[in-house]
Amino acid sequence: MTSTKKTSKHELIPVHEKLSDTEKEKLLSALGISFREIPKIRKNDPALAEMDVKAGDIIKISRKSVTAKNTVFYRGVTDV
Amino acid sequence: MDNQAIYKKIGSIGFGLLDPITNKKMSAAKIVTPELYDREGYPVDGGLMDIRMGVIDPGLRCKTCGQKIKECPGHFGYMELARPVIHIKFVTLILSLLRGTCKNCGKILIPPEKIAEHAAELKVLEEEGGDEERRKFITDIIYASKIATKCPHCKAKQQKITLEKPYTFLEDDKRISPIEIRSRLEKISNEELAIMGVKGESARPEWAILTILAIPPVTMRPSITLETGERSEDDLTHKLGDIVRINQRLFENINAGAPEIIIEDLWDLLQYHVTTFFDNEIAQLPPARHRNGQPLKTITERIKSKEGRIRHNLAGKRTNFSARTVISPDPMLSINEVGVPELIARKLTVPERVTEWNLEYLKEFVKKGPENYPGSNYIIRPDGKKKKITSETQESCVEELQPGYVVERHLMDGDIAIFNRQPSLHRMSMMCHKVRILPGKTLRLNVAVCAPYNADFDGDEMNLHIPQTEEARAEAEQLMLVQTQIISPRDGLAVIGGTQDALSGNYLLTGETEFTRRKAIEILSSAGISEFSRLPKKEKITGKEIFSILIPEDFSFRGETKDGHPLIIKKGVLMEGRMDSANLGEGAGLFLRSIHKQYGPEFTADVLSKIFKLGIAVLMQHGQSAVLSDLDLPHKTKESIKKIIEEAEEKIDDLIVEYKKETMDTLPGRTLKETFETKCLETLNKARNKVVNAVSDSSVEGSHFENMVRSGGAGKFLHLTQMAACVGQQALRGGRISSGYKDRTLSAFKKGDLRAAARGFIAGGFKDGLKPADFFFMGITGRDGLMDTALRTPKSGYLYRRLANAMQDLRVEYDETVRDSGGKIIQFQYGEDGVDVSKSEKGKINVKRIVENATGGKTQSRQSRDVRNSPEAN
Repeated sequence: MTSTKKTSKHELIPVHEKLSDTEKEKLLSALGISFREIPKIRKNDPALAEMDVKAGDIIKISRKSVTAKNTVFYRGVTDV
Repeated sequence: MDNQAIYKKIGSIGFGLLDPITNKKMSAAKIVTPELYDREGYPVDGGLMDIRMGVIDPGLRCKTCGQKIKECPGHFGYMELARPVIHIKFVTLILSLLRGTCKNCGKILIPPEKIAEHAAELKVLEEEGGDEERRKFITDIIYASKIATKCPHCKAKQQKITLEKPYTFLEDDKRISPIEIRSRLEKISNEELAIMGVKGESARPEWAILTILAIPPVTMRPSITLETGERSEDDLTHKLGDIVRINQRLFENINAGAPEIIIEDLWDLLQYHVTTFFDNEIAQLPPARHRNGQPLKTITERIKSKEGRIRHNLAGKRTNFSARTVISPDPMLSINEVGVPELIARKLTVPERVTEWNLEYLKEFVKKGPENYPGSNYIIRPDGKKKKITSETQESCVEELQPGYVVERHLMDGDIAIFNRQPSLHRMSMMCHKVRILPGKTLRLNVAVCAPYNADFDGDEMNLHIPQTEEARAEAEQLMLVQTQIISPRDGLAVIGGTQDALSGNYLLTGETEFTRRKAIEILSSAGISEFSRLPKKEKITGKEIFSILIPEDFSFRGETKDGHPLIIKKGVLMEGRMDSANLGEGAGLFLRSIHKQYGPEFTADVLSKIFKLGIAVLMQHGQSAVLSDLDLPHKTKESIKKIIEEAEEKIDDLIVEYKKETMDTLPGRTLKETFETKCLETLNKARNKVVNAVSDSSVEGSHFENMVRSGGAGKFLHLTQMAACVGQQALRGGRISSGYKDRTLSAFKKGDLRAAARGFIAGGFKDGLKPADFFFMGITGRDGLMDTALRTPKSGYLYRRLANAMQDLRVEYDETVRDSGGKIIQFQYGEDGVDVSKSEKGKINVKRIVENATGGKTQSRQSRDVRNSPEAN
């Protein structure tokens, strides 16, 4: 069963976006944390398959939420 | 000079391996003989109970520190092993080091430039996962780069090293002796070790191969003297005895030049004994046993698991000033009280400091002594010496008493106590109550607080703790008192509410009832209410008006009753709707919540207990029973129910035909048989629901059952239906009953009978009686349900334990992020919406009501829309 549809376009996968360097700095300083404290995502995660990311990037994930309708989550990219 | 305390601060603590030299240095004795005592029963020098390692006999003095029993902390001894053995707890470390380094030159099996390449990655890994992760990573590299056959430094050939569990290392299927392993590990330099994640300075890997065995002090393995005068040694002493004995034999054999096979065998045996000394639950090894066959409890078993040192002795403490007995109900207690028997009150005490103002008051307690209530058990002198009050010392105690002393007086009315019922699953399982001393031998509580404790009176026991310091009492009272716990942190609704009779009573009262003024006052006063000024000045008073007395005058509320009718309270008067479980019940309804929000916990608790008592009083006046005729259905209903069931059975017959002909359309992802079963179940459940509706439509207005059901006090129409008309399908693991005999459920049916009645559908009701087969079906599902609960409780308990351990130190920071103890972020906003559930209504914030309250009931403002979490449901 091969699917021609891209994994990251699947309806169950929320939107993943890469933060720019300035956005990244802003987020980290707003939370008063370093990259270490942020939740992680692996570089080879299927959701990031079509994205150009490297370790140290931060991914913004916009999800649907039961409690808050829409919610954003951030994950830092790590190597395997 | 002596009382000048010297303070030292611990800068850091390091853990490492114990090396043989330090081991010898710190030891007080060298152990050479397995003998314990000589003929006089005196510990043998160089034996395992050597008094240089500490004393456990009263009267003896330790040879090392000169102190007596309980003063001497114990001292280690050591033993020289004839041949080195592997420490079982370090086999994984040894394995990865043997695999990762060259057997010839002791260098890591990766080219130096590769190490530099991975250095950055390693650093990150180490920061996050620690040494364990790092070591795994290194060995992964070695395997991945496939250079493991040849050392990149000295070009020596490398063989495959495997571990034959539990402690045998093989190199190309040939055994490597611990001596060989030790010499290989010695070759690895500290720098190389650092890359492997081992600190060579404090933990040289060759120290994981034991040449010297540390003998734990006698004080940690005390022997017990039995009544017969016989001595019974500790498990560890037994195990050490085995080790010493084998070691001696090994020494003798080596010295005598015995053949290699014998020495090998003895060496193996030594390895086994040393291994089981550390851990007696190694999967591949038979556990060392006592003579009676019971396994020895050695070092690992002492520490590990529920009965181990950590969970049993360190994490779990036992307390003084606590009591435990059977509980029973007492509706006359307030919800924040606990009834304590005098018997218990005489044992549990509260320390009270003597001042010049309470001296006479406290003297009375001392005069009464420990036997008479309320008396006292101990006085504590200012120097901290405790003095027991007995009939002899009583008089001198009274004389002695002066400011600065402390009297431990008996528990009295109004004292603070913490009440608890296991399993303590949420914070409401431990609440603060005020003590009421009562006759009898059980702890008493108000039935309304059964819900948060999940208690009933079929023999439940509960614990009572008496806080001993002013701070503890203040904290308990402010944070844990029952009324502060009325609103649950789970959904922001009340966990304490009306139950059973209280609900039925209030439901009856707030219906279309009317009382004479005299009767109304009678009911109110029997509920403990003496303020009648708000009672309307007329002769006939309705039930709603009586109930309104309990509601504050400025309270307005709009809600819904259980069956969907509006409930309106305007300015402290119940205008419309009956009070039922939807508004008064625990864990439901916003009535109690609104009162709590507006008037605070104290007031809510007060209203709650009044409502409770009123309900019971009304029900007592009215009388509550159950009559068989309550279950009589009108002829018409009986007919229609009969028709519903017949139709359902016919439909099942049709389905059977379809199924046998295989003309049925299968549901996606299901087989034909599964589809058929699902459809049958659906049909039968639908039929039963129809019956339930028929019963509820025709139920006798005002019957006792009806009152119970409609008020939400007890039972549902389903249960009424089961008694009056139809019990319904007996479900087993989510389907109809299908097994028992070959192709049939019971021997009363034909093989392959798929009809409703043959598969556990009970068409009759309890009142009319069941058919013989029906009893079996109920027996089957009944047993299944019983087993299910019996098996599920421990399983869910374990799941809960893991969850609680994983989440126990998460917390919400001021910026509303959820973080763990290391500051790592778990959620960027608590619950994704940042709502404090305990201050919400079912997890939502009702903006509309807030606006209404702020504007005094006039809703027009549309600007308040952008408030976070716009409300959908009310």
